Amino acid sequence: MNDTEIRTIFLEEIGNIAPESDSRKLDPAADLREALDLDSMDFLNLMTAIHRRVGVNIPELDYPELFTLDGAIRYLANQLK
Amino acid sequence: MHGRRIRKPPGECQDANLVDYEEGVHKFSWAEAHALLDGLPGGGLNITHEAIDRHIAGGRGERRALRWIGRDDQFRDWTYAALGAAANRFAYVLASRGVSKGDHVFTLLGRAPELYAVLLGTLKSGGVFSPLFSAFGPEPIKARMTIGEARVLVTSEAFYRRKVEPWRKELAALEHVFLTECSGSPPEGTIDLAAAMESSPAMFETVWTAPEDIALVHFTSGTTGRPKGAVHVHEAVVSHHVTGRLALDLKPDDTFWCTADPGWVTGVSYGVISPLTNGCSLIVDQAEFDVERWYRILERERVTVWYTAPTAIRMLMKAGVEIARRFDLSRLRLIASVGEPLNPEAVAWGVEAFGKPIHDNWWQTETGGIMISNFRSMDVKPGSMGRPLPGVAAGIVERHGDGSVREIETPMTKGELALRPGWPSMMRGYLHEEERYRKCFAGGWYLTGDLAMRDDEGYYWFVGRADDVIKSAGHLIGPFEVESALMEHPAVAEAGVIGVPEPTMGEVVKAFVALRNGFEPSEALRKELLGHARQRLGPAVAPKDIAFRQNLPKTRSGKIMRRLLKARELGLPEGDLSTLESEER
Repeated sequence: MNDTEIRTIFLEEIGNIAPESDSRKLDPAADLREALDLDSMDFLNLMTAIHRRVGVNIPELDYPELFTLDGAIRYLANQLK
Repeated sequence: MHGRRIRKPPGECQDANLVDYEEGVHKFSWAEAHALLDGLPGGGLNITHEAIDRHIAGGRGERRALRWIGRDDQFRDWTYAALGAAANRFAYVLASRGVSKGDHVFTLLGRAPELYAVLLGTLKSGGVFSPLFSAFGPEPIKARMTIGEARVLVTSEAFYRRKVEPWRKELAALEHVFLTECSGSPPEGTIDLAAAMESSPAMFETVWTAPEDIALVHFTSGTTGRPKGAVHVHEAVVSHHVTGRLALDLKPDDTFWCTADPGWVTGVSYGVISPLTNGCSLIVDQAEFDVERWYRILERERVTVWYTAPTAIRMLMKAGVEIARRFDLSRLRLIASVGEPLNPEAVAWGVEAFGKPIHDNWWQTETGGIMISNFRSMDVKPGSMGRPLPGVAAGIVERHGDGSVREIETPMTKGELALRPGWPSMMRGYLHEEERYRKCFAGGWYLTGDLAMRDDEGYYWFVGRADDVIKSAGHLIGPFEVESALMEHPAVAEAGVIGVPEPTMGEVVKAFVALRNGFEPSEALRKELLGHARQRLGPAVAPKDIAFRQNLPKTRSGKIMRRLLKARELGLPEGDLSTLESEER
């Protein structure tokens, strides 16, 4: 899976949780939770959805690496290598 | 339900503010609690005077009052004197614009450094402070500011543009909007808060307030109707102060971290007022929850008393006990939790992770301060909320059809948790809702709406809610507010909203929706409704899940039977169906 594919999947899952969010305007270095108004439950749901979708197990302690879009792509790409 | 009792050997907590519970209850009087504070000449009382000015006058102005930690880990410190000066500047900002005693000042801020000066300055100027949760969407904000007749709003430029500007003109009473994090060209009709503060003097004489003058309005939700603004007066500071001493064991040298958001009552009563009246140093973290960051803050800041919430504790638990042990948390003297009942496993986990149990306590927006608590010196029964604070009389009661109530004396019998009114931080009313306020009382009791039991040692055990309100991540959500927002969508004919149990958050909001003729259920429509609700209500209130039904179960009078929706969702007994007129399909 390349970065573009990961990015597409990640944004799709955000769209399922927060359909009102406009990910085209998302700053890839911004904290998703603040930029897209995701609360803790939304973020947990996102982690579960990503796990289901790409099969990567994300331990709680790694969550901070996925707080930004750039970070999430980097993290998932590494795990999928 | 009962975990293993955690014993506190006699003598272990000799330095606690409450060494012996029975003796503390016996000796306590509210008059003496009152005497712990200074008051204003002529019988006046002002929260900010007790929180700040009293310490400055007593020569403690150079002690640290607040350490604010930014997302980037940079921190800013305020001494009592500096926080007092900032509060004075904001009080002047208000007074110089004609904002006067009794005017309502709202905030819509995250954990922003400005919040503290705004809260304390408002109370100093005689104004009424009312915080809003920054994860609210435009509709909960508008509803609360309308009920509260907001004259002033302090918010960030980003929140203002997104959540307030589109409807601002509909709020006739709103005169002044102050913005933080200003871009340099504030939107029309707003004022840059930093600039206004800078041009104001650092001295301000506290506006004289009487103990019964309104100080705070905290919004909460019921099953039906609009949000309720619970009114609290300056005298509440007596409760804030003494409950902080007794339930949280606060002392002047403490570094205290209350993780509650200042948009809710806990973040004000215990995030600001109580620790300051007790002379503590506050820790505030701007960032969102992050396991390692939290442990790092506890260690680095040498936090001595930590007041947090079950959702956070359960997220820490999920990350495992090993990570907690990597940090030196030996400074922690007391860990307390509030917001919803703390499960026995979490209490026991505290022992494993920190070497001490987590002390659950219970109170609500209406009570203004902690009412029932586990105390540092008292044995903890995991799963129990503890025993009533000294000065607070609690009971378990049963409501009768004629409106009377009877106290249930038999231990471990389920009933409604009730309190004898009379403590200083009790609400004095719901704004413009005399009838709803009166309905909270019967037979000399304040009825809390929580179902509970009391054991033979006087410990209280939470059972559930007596009504349909939803508790998610410790925040109370009124189903009616959510249903109303869904009904605004053209596809929705009826909506019923319930709380569904969830291991980390306690409950999450789920909506059942029946569509109007001409609309068909689809995944696209489900997402559209989800987005619609989130946009209006914000993530804290909007449903996390929406399910379609052809028809929702209703009573003869057309009331949607949420209890039945919930029973069916959870596979529980459906109970009495005699009022069911229109069946779910």
